[in-house]
Amino acid sequence: MNPFSYERAADAAAAIGLAKGNAAARYLGGGTNLVDLMRETVERPEMLVDVTGLPHGIEPRADGGLLIGASATNTALAADSHVRTHYPLLARAILAGASAQIRNMATVGGNILQRTRCRYFYDTAAACNKREPGAGCDARDGFNRYHAILGASPACVATHPSDMCVALAALDATVHLDGPDGPRSIALADLHRLPGDRPDIETELKPGELIAAVEIPPLPFARRSTYRKVRDRASYAFALVSVAAALDLAEDGTVRDVRLALGGVAHKPWRASAAEAALKGRPANPESFRAAAEVELAAATGLRDNGFKIELAKRTIVAVLGDLTGDEA
Amino acid sequence: MGNALMNFTINGQSVEVEADIRSSLLDLLRNSLGFTGTKKGCDQGACGACTVLVDGERINSCLALAVQYQGRSITTVEGLGSDGTLHPLQQAFVEHDGFQCGYCTPGQLCSAIGMAREIERNIPSVVTADLSADSVAVDETELRERMSGNLCRCGAYNGIVEAISETLGKMQEGARA
Repeated sequence: MNPFSYERAADAAAAIGLAKGNAAARYLGGGTNLVDLMRETVERPEMLVDVTGLPHGIEPRADGGLLIGASATNTALAADSHVRTHYPLLARAILAGASAQIRNMATVGGNILQRTRCRYFYDTAAACNKREPGAGCDARDGFNRYHAILGASPACVATHPSDMCVALAALDATVHLDGPDGPRSIALADLHRLPGDRPDIETELKPGELIAAVEIPPLPFARRSTYRKVRDRASYAFALVSVAAALDLAEDGTVRDVRLALGGVAHKPWRASAAEAALKGRPANPESFRAAAEVELAAATGLRDNGFKIELAKRTIVAVLGDLTGDEA
Repeated sequence: MGNALMNFTINGQSVEVEADIRSSLLDLLRNSLGFTGTKKGCDQGACGACTVLVDGERINSCLALAVQYQGRSITTVEGLGSDGTLHPLQQAFVEHDGFQCGYCTPGQLCSAIGMAREIERNIPSVVTADLSADSVAVDETELRERMSGNLCRCGAYNGIVEAISETLGKMQEGARA
């Protein structure tokens, strides 16, 4: 691990002041990803600004939404009674991620900004455009079972590993940022970028900006929502494919409204807008679910080892929506 | 950069130690303070052998920068028993063959004690059927999911589950105290 200095910030202004103008500074949350990357020398910060002392409250809003301080732990958010009642897909997504130990450490802000678990990104002897722009990509023709089937580029086929973010994308969450030029907000769905020719630039964050809070708008029908994660072992593994969904059924059995997002398939949490549009007004049955899944995955492409994910994603969408209609899928 | 003077409470004792600020909590415990009960398995958060309790919560000490945990109360396996008496969970591990080589055991023990506190506080897991229930209905599926952050290469899982099941009530009582 390279040497660094450590500062603990009392509040956001102090954190931003400490990191300002220092391209080699990093904000430190629970450290579960950053410390690991530093040990591998993938990350080589010269200064760590500890932001775990920043706001971590989880507060219901007057409009029925929820405001989450970025330093709330993953455990605290999943255990929150408002989340469990009003946004069960979010509680289930968080609990599907990592282990209890890691969820106790990891913060909401850190979860959003965690880096890909692509082996070639971690392996400093491998070629990786994300780690070293222009170096090439050893994953494209390597072991790519866990890699992207949607939105990838010749430069990068890595996936975003978060479960929580998939639920947040489905919920239309907003991320409140703070930084040297003041606060601003961005939709979570717009925060992460597709890789294009600059996979090293993963988010729309500007230098020195940090995540201050996440806000979830009210969504009454999210009481009928869930998250399913398909993985290589029953627990404590990253997703091959995951689906976050909320379903609003009309009395005639058609889909009044629906939210759908996919994990494990792309460089960012993948809001399945095409499938949502295809579902609205349609009968809530396996045929409609399958047709919507086909629309969403129409542009998917497989690599050597991950082509199975295309069918897996479709089937998982059908199964999850089936669960939410009460049918056996 | 360099070293820093850090303060912790470890197993009830105040400790002051000068260490490299790059030290993980795991390396600080083992190398600087001699608490070698806590084990280094993968050193990347994948195996749980390094699990310790911080203010009663289980964490992976390998992923924790020690400097970030100053002023906190840390419990390691050395702090579980007292005066030559095993903690009830340690005794149950002996009786149910909850280990073979024993390398994962300190992490399993600390993790299970942290888990009991989480159950006591009604923190759900991904297999919890009813998220709105007032308490966790603990069965083997719940225990195995909640302990999935601790690997045992000897495969002593059946004994581990038996030992934890037998002492869970006592551990929850301990978490209330």
